[in-house]
Amino acid sequence: MTWSEMRPLLEQACWDTLYMVGWSTVIAVVGGLPLGILLVLTDRGGLLRNVLANKVIGQIVNVARSMPFIILMVALMGFTRWVTGSTIGREAAIVPLAIGAIPFFARLVETAVREVDGGLVEAVQSMGGNTWTVVRKVLVPESLPSLIASTTTTVVALIGYSAMAGTVGAGGLGDIAIRYGYQRFETELMWITVAILAVVISVIQFAGDYAARSLHRRGTSGPAPRLRLLKASTAAGKTV
Amino acid sequence: MITTSGLTKVYRSRGREVTALDGVDLHVREGEVYGVIGQSGAGKSSLIRCVNLLERPASGTVTVAGRDLTALAGRGPRAGRELRQARSRIGMVFQHFNLLSSRTVQDNVELPLEILGRSGRERSRKALELLDLVGLADKAKAYPAQLSGGQKQRVGIARALAGDPKVLLSDEATSALDPETTRSILQLLRDLNRQLGLTVLLITHEMDVVKSICDSAALMEKGRIVESGTVSELLATPGSELASALFPVGGEASGDDRTVLDVTFQGEAAAQPVISQLSRTYNIDISILGAAIDTVGGLQVGRMRVELPGRYEDNVVPIGFLREQGLQIDVLGQEPASVLVKEGAK
Repeated sequence: MTWSEMRPLLEQACWDTLYMVGWSTVIAVVGGLPLGILLVLTDRGGLLRNVLANKVIGQIVNVARSMPFIILMVALMGFTRWVTGSTIGREAAIVPLAIGAIPFFARLVETAVREVDGGLVEAVQSMGGNTWTVVRKVLVPESLPSLIASTTTTVVALIGYSAMAGTVGAGGLGDIAIRYGYQRFETELMWITVAILAVVISVIQFAGDYAARSLHRRGTSGPAPRLRLLKASTAAGKTV
Repeated sequence: MITTSGLTKVYRSRGREVTALDGVDLHVREGEVYGVIGQSGAGKSSLIRCVNLLERPASGTVTVAGRDLTALAGRGPRAGRELRQARSRIGMVFQHFNLLSSRTVQDNVELPLEILGRSGRERSRKALELLDLVGLADKAKAYPAQLSGGQKQRVGIARALAGDPKVLLSDEATSALDPETTRSILQLLRDLNRQLGLTVLLITHEMDVVKSICDSAALMEKGRIVESGTVSELLATPGSELASALFPVGGEASGDDRTVLDVTFQGEAAAQPVISQLSRTYNIDISILGAAIDTVGGLQVGRMRVELPGRYEDNVVPIGFLREQGLQIDVLGQEPASVLVKEGAK
């Protein structure tokens, strides 16, 4: 295969991957965030403590997470057809991707929200805040750096899952690597795809880490070392 | 202003029951600073959390500013609208400040106002006013992580005042601070109490806190209030544990056939030269084992531990003389003359 043959294939695949991962991330966040918060709130000692609800949600999350993605995709075919009108193509792949990612993200959210100091919840309660206020003003903003890190992890995991979406004709980078690279012995194309994936994942991870860190650092010392160096040198300059 | 009656609270964990509050009756008058002191585990923390119903008492009632909060609480674990409204009129400051790290100082102070649904302009005006009041006007845009412990607690206090409360609850507000910062925070609480007529209920394990700002105090042990009253009432109570803790004097008897007395001077009695009168009148030698003069709750108080020769039986007359002079005498090793001040001493 020549580069001019590969290029359109790769461009289309990149776009397909971003499309699927993008939408399924949005849905996973929209679905997983409330679920993860509910897991914390309904737990013992939580604001909405409800042992039964907690067990049920926890169990659903566990079952959904234990399912291999390819099985989940098959199992959800009926649902996918009902939602998108088809079981093949990009849109059809988004459904199982999103549903697979919701419980994954929910567990990450749970861990992140649990880290929030209970004293802050108490403080807002003492001001007359209700549960919704606690969620909106304390739990989410205080755990935001961790939530962003969790989203990054979810995006990276979704890029991995999306390789299997090729089996329902959804395309994407993983699909190219399997069909052209592996099955048709186009080793060169396979390595190019892997390289692109590596770059994409690195960029996402870097961006996520940067966002999480800059939020977390709020008020501590900012991007301290360089600033301090600058200040020190200007001060030195003045004395000289 | 704050009245609790028959407050009980029991924690259950793994089949074990721990009684945190065992029938607590507390009465805090309007405009006073009331300190509840006790060891950790005595139930102080449960008590203060029951006052704004952050914890539900198993039985008993809590009345704040004339409203029976326990009646507003309802049965479920969630606080209804009326209880939340009542809570917004009770400020609370915490040992670990509990400031939101994601918000600036000003936004932290605005938080209670957001909950009350005030407009943006009103919120920022009020927040800046309060920050000015606690002396942090220049830190409005800083984040809590950039502040020292004392500054954080000032923000905590400003935040607690945002809803114009009549009552301020202080949960070990100075326990995480160094002695100097503690003094400045206590001074601030005292000033707010005077300027705003704020009623302050504070819990602490530090006797110095009670000594420096409280008008009244209660001693808690094992979920019960064992002594309570105004500071001068407590000091005037023979055998009061709180009084001797507030104002310790040391010194051991030099022999078996001696009588050791703790003499407490308050007000006018402090001006009389009683010890030399005693010595001259009865021709006895008095040794002073320990003495101190201090200001407790705004009162000048002196305490002295003296030793008289002879056993208690030999000294009944001199002790009677001292009591006649209006002094409070505690004879060490003797049963106190009257029972401790109970809840009746309100």
